Amino acid sequence: MLIRCPWCGDRDIAEFTYGRDAAARPADTAEVPDQVFVDYVFLRDNPRGRTAEHWQHTGGCRAWIRVERDTLTHEVYATALAQTAGETS
Amino acid sequence: MKYSAFNLARNALAQHKLWPLAWRDPEPKAAYDVIIIGGGGHGLATAYYLASEHGITNVAVLEKGWIGGGNTGRNTTIVRSNYLLGPNAQLYEKALQLWEGLSADLNYNVMFSQRGVLNLCHSDAQRDAYARRGNAMRLNGIDSEWLERDRISQMVPLLDCSEDARFPVVGGLMQRRGGTARHDAVAWGFARAANARGVDIIQNCEVTGFRREGNRVVGVETTRGTIAAPKIGMAVAGHTGQVAAMAGLRMPIESHVLQAMVSEPLKPVLDTVVTFGAGHFYVSQSDKGELVLGGDLDFYPSYAQRGNLPIVEEVLACLLQLFPCFSRVRMLRHWGGVMDMTMDGSPIIGKTPLDGLYLNGGWCYGGFKATPGSGWVFAHTIAQDRPHALNEALALDRFDRGCSLDEKGAGPVPKLH
Repeated sequence: MLIRCPWCGDRDIAEFTYGRDAAARPADTAEVPDQVFVDYVFLRDNPRGRTAEHWQHTGGCRAWIRVERDTLTHEVYATALAQTAGETS
Repeated sequence: MKYSAFNLARNALAQHKLWPLAWRDPEPKAAYDVIIIGGGGHGLATAYYLASEHGITNVAVLEKGWIGGGNTGRNTTIVRSNYLLGPNAQLYEKALQLWEGLSADLNYNVMFSQRGVLNLCHSDAQRDAYARRGNAMRLNGIDSEWLERDRISQMVPLLDCSEDARFPVVGGLMQRRGGTARHDAVAWGFARAANARGVDIIQNCEVTGFRREGNRVVGVETTRGTIAAPKIGMAVAGHTGQVAAMAGLRMPIESHVLQAMVSEPLKPVLDTVVTFGAGHFYVSQSDKGELVLGGDLDFYPSYAQRGNLPIVEEVLACLLQLFPCFSRVRMLRHWGGVMDMTMDGSPIIGKTPLDGLYLNGGWCYGGFKATPGSGWVFAHTIAQDRPHALNEALALDRFDRGCSLDEKGAGPVPKLH
């Protein structure tokens, strides 16, 4: 399985470390109810099929990458820098 | 027909033409008292204990494929109860006690073999951690024994206990009551015993949705029609998130693939289960003579029930660290199963936010060993509509309450447990 790093190109999956799903982190810890954070930290959609995730290119440029892929077929559809996509992990 | 030496002899004389089917293949009825979703070891055990312990026999076990065709047939068959934290230790110890009488209880040989489980340690820090776990086990009334390297070298002569090893063996924690069981026989034994008590085992029947009345679950939609029941238990570990989603629930679970493999059959060379402490690896020898090997997850979510070469390489590297003598052994089969990896590495058994819906899942790496205990407490939970003392701490809402059961202290990162 290859993942296309926006900086480094197609690289073997062994160079990457999976973080978690690309769910948006709740914005403000002070004003958001605890339950929202409990859900964010502990609950997952865990889809069987297409999903968006954050991976880090730990064996390369160390960038955090948003990866759209399929959890059943392992096909990788698209990648982008998480920062560019307005996401941090 | 009871399985006995007498009946074996009688059937042998009749050229084995008189054996009845081990379980019926009934059409699903319109309604049951309890529906169990998932015909693996846990679901079948639950149905069996509902009938045998609680007198609830109007039960259906719905299986989308064939019984025992999922993770029950994909694990590395290891049974142990060597856990640090009280609630886990007590649950797995209950299971181990049931394992000890299971073949007689079910009148079915599950080939439970208490050959011992030996956890090797390779550093002083790890020795401290193992001593702590061993002592915790003994405080929980569970057998545990510290073995120095010389002792281990005598017990497992093929193990590389030399100083030349990349990670020399310091010692090991042994649970002698642990061991292995034949996983298919566990599913078949529970199925036959449940069937004999009136449980309907319905294969090729996939649940496609839930029927609800307000906050209450009242039945399931399946590929073989609608089936009603006031109580429904899920035992579908690996796909808990998928089935729970049909009921509108999100789970503290990620699904990951875990691989295992076996070698060609060898003469008896290894009479205990050995785990590697400097990596994540476990090996035993089956009664057929195959070395049964398992290792780590792939570390990313996957529903692919298949393996891949990087893990084979990793697992075999660990094997050869411990047993260089196996370097010429050829591998025979290799496969993958889908694990429910929870946020704290411990299973979830209990009620759900929906009335009448009960959850048994989140087994991570370790579901097989729990099979009888899991079914026993889950049957109690369903029959009494409240958890047994043994699974109270395994409730689904423990994450909200800040009561995680995290053996490794790894935090809410499922792949690390």
